[in-house]
Amino acid sequence: MPKLEGIKRVLVIGSGPIVIGQAAEFDYAGTQACRSLKEEGMEVILVNSNPATIMTDKEIADKVYIEPLTVEVLQKIIEVEKPDSLLPNMGGQAGLNLGMELAESGFLDSHGVKLLGTTAETIRNAEGRQEFKDMMERIGEPCAASELVENIEDGVAFAEKIGYPVVLRPAYTLGGSGGGIAHNQEELKEILSNGLRLSRVGQVLVERCIAGWKEIEYEVMRDSNGTCITVCNMENLDPVGVHTGDSIVVAPSQTLSDKEYQMLRTSALRIIDELGITGGCNVQFALHPTSFEYIVIEVNPRVSRSSALASKATGYPIAKVSAKIALGYTLDEIPNAVTGKTYASFEPALDYVVVKIPRLPFDKFIKAKRTLTTQMKATGEVMSICTNFEGALMKALRSLEQHVDCLINDDYEGLSKDEVIEQLHVVDDRRIFVIAEAIRREVPYDTIHEITMIDDWFIDKIALLVEMEEKLKGAKALDKELLKEAKRLEFPDSVIAGFTGKTEKEIHDMRREMGIVAAFKMVDTCAAEFASETPYYYSCFDGVNEVEDTSEKKKIMVLGSGPIRIGQGIEFDYCSVHSVWALSQEGYETIIVNNNPETVSTDFDIADKLYFEPLTPEDVENIVRLEKPDGAVVQFGGQTAIKLTEALLKMGVKILGTSAENVDAAEDRELFDEILEQCCIPRPSGKTVFTTEEALEAANELGYPVLVRPSYVLGGQGMQIAVTDSDIREFMAVINRYHQEHPILVDKYLMGKEVEVDAVCDGEDILIPGIMEHVERAGIHSGDSISVYPAQSISDKIQRVIVDYTRKLARSLHVIGLINIQFIVYNEEVFVIEVNPRSSRTVPYISKVTGIPIVDLASKVILGAKIKDLGYETGLAKKSEYLAIKMPVFSFEKLRGAEISLGPEMKSTGECLGISKSFDEALYKAFLGSGVDLPKHKKMILTVKDSDKLEAVDIAKRFKKLGYDIFATRNTARVLNEHGVLTFPVNRINEESPTLMDLLLEHQIDLVIDTPTYGDKLKDGFLIRRTAIETGVNCLTSLDTADALLKSLENSDHENLSVVDIATISKERAGSC
Amino acid sequence: MGNLMMKAFLILEDGTVFEGKSIGKVKEIISEIVFNTSMTGYLEVLTDPSYAGQAVTMTYPLIGNYGVCYQDMESKKGWPDGFIVRELSRMPSNFRSEDTLQHFLEKNDIPGISGIDTRALTKLLREKGTMNGMITTNEAFNKEEVLSKLKEYKVTDVVKKVSCKDKGVYVPGDIQSEKVAADRKIAVIDVGTKKNIIRCLLNRGCNVAVYPCDFNAQEVIDSKPDGIMITNGPGDPAECTEIIEQIRILADSGIPVFAICLGHQLMALAHGAKTYKMKYGHRGANHPVKDLVTGKVYISSQNHGYVVDADSIEEEVARPWFINVNDKTVEGLEYIGKPVKTVQFHPEANAGPKDSELLFDEFMKMTGGNR
Repeated sequence: MPKLEGIKRVLVIGSGPIVIGQAAEFDYAGTQACRSLKEEGMEVILVNSNPATIMTDKEIADKVYIEPLTVEVLQKIIEVEKPDSLLPNMGGQAGLNLGMELAESGFLDSHGVKLLGTTAETIRNAEGRQEFKDMMERIGEPCAASELVENIEDGVAFAEKIGYPVVLRPAYTLGGSGGGIAHNQEELKEILSNGLRLSRVGQVLVERCIAGWKEIEYEVMRDSNGTCITVCNMENLDPVGVHTGDSIVVAPSQTLSDKEYQMLRTSALRIIDELGITGGCNVQFALHPTSFEYIVIEVNPRVSRSSALASKATGYPIAKVSAKIALGYTLDEIPNAVTGKTYASFEPALDYVVVKIPRLPFDKFIKAKRTLTTQMKATGEVMSICTNFEGALMKALRSLEQHVDCLINDDYEGLSKDEVIEQLHVVDDRRIFVIAEAIRREVPYDTIHEITMIDDWFIDKIALLVEMEEKLKGAKALDKELLKEAKRLEFPDSVIAGFTGKTEKEIHDMRREMGIVAAFKMVDTCAAEFASETPYYYSCFDGVNEVEDTSEKKKIMVLGSGPIRIGQGIEFDYCSVHSVWALSQEGYETIIVNNNPETVSTDFDIADKLYFEPLTPEDVENIVRLEKPDGAVVQFGGQTAIKLTEALLKMGVKILGTSAENVDAAEDRELFDEILEQCCIPRPSGKTVFTTEEALEAANELGYPVLVRPSYVLGGQGMQIAVTDSDIREFMAVINRYHQEHPILVDKYLMGKEVEVDAVCDGEDILIPGIMEHVERAGIHSGDSISVYPAQSISDKIQRVIVDYTRKLARSLHVIGLINIQFIVYNEEVFVIEVNPRSSRTVPYISKVTGIPIVDLASKVILGAKIKDLGYETGLAKKSEYLAIKMPVFSFEKLRGAEISLGPEMKSTGECLGISKSFDEALYKAFLGSGVDLPKHKKMILTVKDSDKLEAVDIAKRFKKLGYDIFATRNTARVLNEHGVLTFPVNRINEESPTLMDLLLEHQIDLVIDTPTYGDKLKDGFLIRRTAIETGVNCLTSLDTADALLKSLENSDHENLSVVDIATISKERAGSC
Repeated sequence: MGNLMMKAFLILEDGTVFEGKSIGKVKEIISEIVFNTSMTGYLEVLTDPSYAGQAVTMTYPLIGNYGVCYQDMESKKGWPDGFIVRELSRMPSNFRSEDTLQHFLEKNDIPGISGIDTRALTKLLREKGTMNGMITTNEAFNKEEVLSKLKEYKVTDVVKKVSCKDKGVYVPGDIQSEKVAADRKIAVIDVGTKKNIIRCLLNRGCNVAVYPCDFNAQEVIDSKPDGIMITNGPGDPAECTEIIEQIRILADSGIPVFAICLGHQLMALAHGAKTYKMKYGHRGANHPVKDLVTGKVYISSQNHGYVVDADSIEEEVARPWFINVNDKTVEGLEYIGKPVKTVQFHPEANAGPKDSELLFDEFMKMTGGNR
């Protein structure tokens, strides 16, 4: 069937800020969908509040609205843009829900907007719990028995009916708090009573427990003609009980016979056929490990994290094909872009194994509970491809960049055999290492399986890796056979060296001599049945190399940024992709290396060649050896890419842009101090140390408070403000958990205003698109601060100083490309606190709001162009007429036990933007976009540390004026009452009821403001903050943030928000330059 | 797995030699080397009689993961001359698994080779076409001698090898089919049938009489079946001249006929069409076939090296029913003026998707009634 008639202007909804469970995969899907729509001549109107995305580029969509994702805002945009259709299934659950609300309210109909792809009814049937159950019953597909109960008696009765164990899930609590598995009536009563109390609506879902079953997923497609196909099936190594986003996943399934595979496939196709889905859909199953019984866990009628994974695992572009289906094409009309010969109506055949491992944030949240449950906690993931499972697992492990490159984990070596077996019961991100340790201790497979329910096949694969460790340890002479087999299993040279008592270089040279080198194979969707054109490669050590070097062009390798983690997010993928595009425009062949399946950069048609590989020196060298690139670009891939600089130089690869020595100079305290001195630029005084003793000495000399942090890290990892000697001891112990190759920095902490710039430098001139100012005072990580462009409160004089310092620093460091500098303005004096000669988190946002394509310019400068020749003025660019406010977004509710108070270590997972010509409106939109939606009950809790108490008076007064009832702990209440702000004192948690906790659990509070004292170990504040987060109450931990929130509430017209098409900003600027 | 450490070689007609390890029975064979892209269902592949006279390469690298469940066999034994894999699992893991694949191969007298780059082999077969090859554990093989043997080698008379020797009778409930009431009789012409063709008929309430390939058409007609099914099978269809003669009689009998794979090719030959050998065939579980009547595409299980030449079919004899979406070859024919329908692919699946199993219902409709 040809394209549907009458579709010309399509509105696409993105997924908003990156939060745990909704990450870069939707930028990948959305970008692919937009490009696919534009291919068909559609005009695309895009709405997404997340500025760090590629989909919000004017190259991707025709009209770009970086606006809060709310029904009101979307209605406004629909009124302005008058789209004829809406594509709702590209923006995750957030986008789908919005599309549904618009459809169900009748707004779409009344404005002549057609819902493309899946219909509202389909979405209702798939998403509504009861509707879905009814439909499954109708077609005879099994669901887990469940019932929503409101009291303990009903819960007990239902559990008796379906049998123990049962899973309890309180309704409307976040992060799975209050839920759990009950094995008997006693446990049930206990968990249920707590859950009922925590639930805002007093309801708990009681469900049959299927923990321990195999978790299997199918990615399926259906077109309007009813043709259904499966793109991929995936098996979770971790059985049901761990969220699939937190599980190790393998594609295709490994332990299913054709009977089981086809049984579930048939079921998946029946379900999407019954739902009438047109487009992509994900179906999750639980399969009983010793029978054919299965249960449909859930259906996602949209693109998802799993569909991104399936796309990358197979080469089949699900989002692209979904968009075409939405336009009315049938699967057999859509060509398979990978082979160029076949069509989208086939099922990919894999001739390799894919392993995905989640990237969990416990390195950032040391106190958070590591237990993995049905609530997802991972911020990102890595994928690897190999000809065998062991190799794929090993590759994925080292792609995580978590100081791990094999299955050895020191934490368990000291345990007794019984303790190791005990440890097997713990379901967390380290379970695979415990299994390896159990195998080393000769714990039988059966025992491991009974405890973990992980299939014996996977246990045996881990055992094979352990056996190889032993073989290497025991090898008298490392012969060719053994070395070859170790490499086939993807043991890195460094690990082989460690086991055999040789150096990494010896192993490296030995295998080169023996001709044991990596070969690269193509991901072609068809297991080599058809010749393919898409250069998407992975390495293995047991095959013939397939990569053909045909291009005459000069080649540049762009190193990607690996898995999304706190501190290194989607913004670096934005930068990598733009760099690839700019380099390609300049006539170079581009090669991208990355291992993140969620991203745009690993889409097969971004660079000329895609290598899906770990970003370690050895893995990169394999590619370098083959491709012999003329240069490499490392400044766009975050710290992951920067870390590879030295290794690349050793391989003889030219680093394009700022030289390695100068990158070092910015990080090396002594070199950097010298440069600052030469430039006469002040910085807070500081020292470099290695040991705790040195740190204590430095801190006392500088005087508390001081900032402690390791060098060469991103996102302020391990950075802390110390106010006492005991803080220093604690922080140093945490930092030194891992061996530090570089010194630790101890700096005087100045509580001034933080200002940030990104600049492009061509070696002589600089271009500063704009100066950004942070709302929160220094001490809170820049990534967690509200950032305002253009800076509002700094004088022209200070501005000139900042530009001058930026120019001097960029020149002294011989920066070619991007530089990011953070300043503190303290007593009208400017101090430099951090210089990063590379791309930064703020690059995408500042590019979009100023219309200056920073990465493109930087990429061209790297190739030798001058800023002036590129058509831009040098120095500080003219201010945009729009203000843009970047608001951090957190995922605290997903991480039980995580401390939410902000500090120098970054904690946010994403960001959104508020754009407007007025400051207050921009601020309001930024808060709105981040999910702060006040007020509901007009009640708030205020508890502040002593030093904040006077400042809190003004804040309290203003909230009072907005009609809030204020509750506070006794001391805060006394101060507020003394200053004439009527405040209700409430008992602390350990005092008698009613306490602050009771207040929160009455579900009547809109907002908690709680400023913790530094080094606050008081359980009270922590508990209040956690409970607030878990019951869905907004919680602020800085008075600066509270002040900003008040401003936005006080001063903007919330009914008549303006909406801004940022594509026009670029046009305006292009006109003026 | 005693012989796992023994070296084995795969020598191809074009002189390429792959070195790997011996799996299965230790013995030397010459056969036609083909590849199959199914990711699951290795046992169904091994027991599919259509692979008689061939050595099968699995493109999916990990084979044997879920062991052997004898229930899943598609015929009484394994048929291929040889089996070629990248990695044979040492740990079968599945609740139904009764045996290892290694042991199955040994028991079925099938030699094989593992540890070779099956993707490189597949690319060779794709580019040069299906070739003959030798699997041997003889490290001192004389390449010249081997190559001349390979050039001479030709598979013949495989249908006779795989077909049942005597007429057999099945009722619903047999061979793990559903025990439903039977309301019709179907005659199955076994030119190498998979069990599941028979099972699909039994599940639909058919009493099934299976005839060997040297059947007499008149005898079948005289038994007054409600329908006739001609099955899949191995080899070059044009070789089966006697069977084709008999099939022509069946087609003209007025009894509804449904034919699958080899059966489909034989029916076309019986009507004057031609078949030719494809470069490397269709073997796998992911082949899209389009129903030209409804426009709907089904993913099908396939296993054929020969195909009916679309240009050789007279317009007034048959019209195309299904075509392959990828290469547009003939995947199904509807005969004009006769109750005869045939498909090239495998609606009985095993291994592979069951999307087109509804064609059995179509066949039931042809034989009357609503089942």
